[in-house]
Amino acid sequence: MRIAFTVNGRLHELEIEPGEYLLEVLRRIGYKSVRRSCGSASCGTCTVLLNGKPILSCSTFAASIDGQNIETVEGMADGDKLHPIQEAILEEGAAQCGYCIPGVVMTGEALLRENPDPTDENIRLALNGNLCRCTGYEPQNRAIKKAAEVRRGETDE
Amino acid sequence: MSKHFITVGRPEKKVDGLALVRGKPVYTPDYDAPDALVVKLLRSPHAHAQIKSIDTGLAEAIHDVVGIFTYQDVERVPYTRAGQGYPEPSPYDTYLLDRKVRYVGDVVAVVAARNEKAAREAVKNIKVEYEILDPVFDMREASNEGAPVIHDEDDCSGVFDKSRNIAAHFVMDIGDVEKTLESCDFVLRKTYHVDTQLHAALEPHNALTYFDSVGRLIVVSSTQVPFHCRRILSHILKKPIADIRVIKPRIGGGFGGKQSIIVEPYAALVTIKTGMPARIVYGREEVSMGTNIRHEMSFDVAVGATNEGKIRAISLQGISNTGAYGEHCLTTFMVAGSKTLPLYNKVDAVHFGGDIVYTNLPPAGAYRGYGAPQGLFPLDCAIDELAHEMKMDPLKFKEMNSIREGETSPIFEIMGEGREGVPQIMRSCKLQECIDLGKKSIDWDSKRGKKTRNGTKVRGVGCALAMQGSGIPKIDMGAATIKMNEDGSFNLLVGATDLGTGSDTILGQIAAEVLTVPLDKIVVYSSDTDLTPFDVGAYASSTTYVSGNAVRLAAEKVKEKVLDLAAEYLEKDRSELTLESGVIRGKDGSSVSLSELCTMHMYTFNQQQICESASYVGEESPPPFAASFAEVEVDTDTGKITLINYVSYADCGLALNPIQAMGQLEGASMQGIGWALYEDIIYAKNGRMLTNDFFTYKVPSRMDYGKLTCGLVDSYEPTGPFGAKSIGEIGIDTPIPAIANAIFDATGIRLRHAPFKSERVLFEILNMEV
Repeated sequence: MRIAFTVNGRLHELEIEPGEYLLEVLRRIGYKSVRRSCGSASCGTCTVLLNGKPILSCSTFAASIDGQNIETVEGMADGDKLHPIQEAILEEGAAQCGYCIPGVVMTGEALLRENPDPTDENIRLALNGNLCRCTGYEPQNRAIKKAAEVRRGETDE
Repeated sequence: MSKHFITVGRPEKKVDGLALVRGKPVYTPDYDAPDALVVKLLRSPHAHAQIKSIDTGLAEAIHDVVGIFTYQDVERVPYTRAGQGYPEPSPYDTYLLDRKVRYVGDVVAVVAARNEKAAREAVKNIKVEYEILDPVFDMREASNEGAPVIHDEDDCSGVFDKSRNIAAHFVMDIGDVEKTLESCDFVLRKTYHVDTQLHAALEPHNALTYFDSVGRLIVVSSTQVPFHCRRILSHILKKPIADIRVIKPRIGGGFGGKQSIIVEPYAALVTIKTGMPARIVYGREEVSMGTNIRHEMSFDVAVGATNEGKIRAISLQGISNTGAYGEHCLTTFMVAGSKTLPLYNKVDAVHFGGDIVYTNLPPAGAYRGYGAPQGLFPLDCAIDELAHEMKMDPLKFKEMNSIREGETSPIFEIMGEGREGVPQIMRSCKLQECIDLGKKSIDWDSKRGKKTRNGTKVRGVGCALAMQGSGIPKIDMGAATIKMNEDGSFNLLVGATDLGTGSDTILGQIAAEVLTVPLDKIVVYSSDTDLTPFDVGAYASSTTYVSGNAVRLAAEKVKEKVLDLAAEYLEKDRSELTLESGVIRGKDGSSVSLSELCTMHMYTFNQQQICESASYVGEESPPPFAASFAEVEVDTDTGKITLINYVSYADCGLALNPIQAMGQLEGASMQGIGWALYEDIIYAKNGRMLTNDFFTYKVPSRMDYGKLTCGLVDSYEPTGPFGAKSIGEIGIDTPIPAIANAIFDATGIRLRHAPFKSERVLFEILNMEV
């Protein structure tokens, strides 16, 4: 079947198998930041935004996103200028192996769009579905908090 | 620590960080290979069976299936999957494909197809007839008379006693423990048991293999040990080492789980048999049950002390479960003693020993901590129990008896990894500082023994002290090559393997520090057996210390070379020259920059490539130390345990990159917290792992802990590169004992079987009430 959808604002029109998952389709067209870890909607690694809301692409049928808008971490930086969450992740040492990071950035971004000034509790709750086996979460939680401050213009970038 | 450095000791951003946060294609599965065959494995549904027949006819007839390989298609070569120093102290008890299967998940056949669907279809259509054998799952029954023999094959080697399923055995005595215990005023004897754990690295095990234009086998793999991988592949596949290249790109977590050679041989087999590129990616269930898990261990522990509070004797007699195969079996068991017992070095007698046995469960292997957490649980908790019997503050008791700077322990010399160790004196040990800071942070004195109650909920605190090592002395070798470019930048080539730990970054910092240039002038390239010098790989907390020292030595050689060449060019005496901020200066104001010097030597003057290599093998393995504290709340109605606060302070020498070092401590602590409270493996009656995904195997999430406070104390290890020692593993040693001790402080219940499920606490509470 043929579907059309945008990824980071760019229109893609392509042929897919009806049973294909969004994760595979996104990887096939070059969005390699979208990665498989559990394959069963239980780790958050493959998170992308669908019309601004975080979804798990490993268990979302590609067919269901026909005509809709997807955002991935490839679209977060503005040219060479990193998104505040990406920058804060580097500063806080919140990426070790980095495998969970695209999912963390996208879930974090969805949170900050909805709640520009989240508490620690808000951050933990919003990102609870994003497993990280390396960092012990603390540097990532700090990074989201810091990015929120930057986004609100309270801290120099 | 009045050392002033330019680049080391600073929280430099990871050199690979930009690619990671931008989601660049950097992991093995991101490497496009459109014509790569999809490799899938047929796994045994039986825990112990002999294959009577395999019929692949139906499967081979499926469109797009290219090949199916069974034990009949491969040469029988015994090997060990353990990626460790050669010759390995692990038994050669593994075969790429065998007629016998030894656990549910053991590989029966390798399928190669042009697409995923055909490969899956083929796996389903292979008909196998098994002769089912009796299995043994309980490690305590594995050596019993009449137990089924798991490795009855003639050609395995290095197994301690095949007929009794004993893969390895170790015993060590200093003094006469039983006699010494008899003469102690207080003696405590208990049995402690710790279950296995899954690594649960987010990137599944995977590899891509292909022949390059001259027919060499290229292996791109998510591995912690590229050089061991090349050597073992050469052994199994009977291919010269010169014809194999292993490349490790970024890897999505390892924790020891990728320190065995697991997936690479299957993909390589397909490439060799078909001539085509091949890719294998394990599904999450396969990662859980078809790779390595942690060694389950049980110890009978005895500790004896005098009335004055001096620990005089320690005995640990244990058993370890290596599962179906013996990779890392002896060494992990030895580490349970060698990296815990020296902590309490004032004893008169020590005993450590036991068997490592085969069972029909998934093979155990390397896992962060490598046996030390399994040994520390009985040791620390028994000391804690004894302190309570003696009516002493357990922290005070541990503090009084633990090792300090300038001291040693005979165990360092007696126990190494798979063989004897090396004698060493603690040149840096800031354990007291760790204790003092942690004690203050958790508010030990006002919280301990108070059993603060709020309704049905009661709180308590516990502590644990730990040590680890920094590489395996006289075994682990790392090497580095540094080559200079005409803009004054340097290529740093290292065999060391960055698993996400940040080792590429800190090794770059070391080179930058010596060469007096900013970190961005060091271009780090690592873990490619064609292009980088040898390194044993990322394990045993070795990279910072061993590989780091190699980088320091290589950089110093480059610096010497540069000064020699500058002396010649400037026509000055070599001793007059200094290198600072990338410029060589003479006393008279004459100068030449690194960039000018290199450009000249490349194109016009005394032409040569400035390039040096160095290797390093540790003479010692300076231990990092840690003091950790847990505060828990137990609901006495339900048994629910809540971790309120976890505090861990560590002495890792000088932290070359404090943010990355701290990340190791925080991450290892969380992994240990998961093991202590949430991560529980359950097997079906037939030995199949039921908890093989993230729904059933509970990796801690952001809501599963209260506060996590970690810190590094000021320290300097004189033998380390710029004062550094290791930090990668130690954090995982303490959560289990610290949390167990806290649960006791809160409830009076001693949990001697980890993980500490709330059900277990509730049962104990109910027992107490009866």
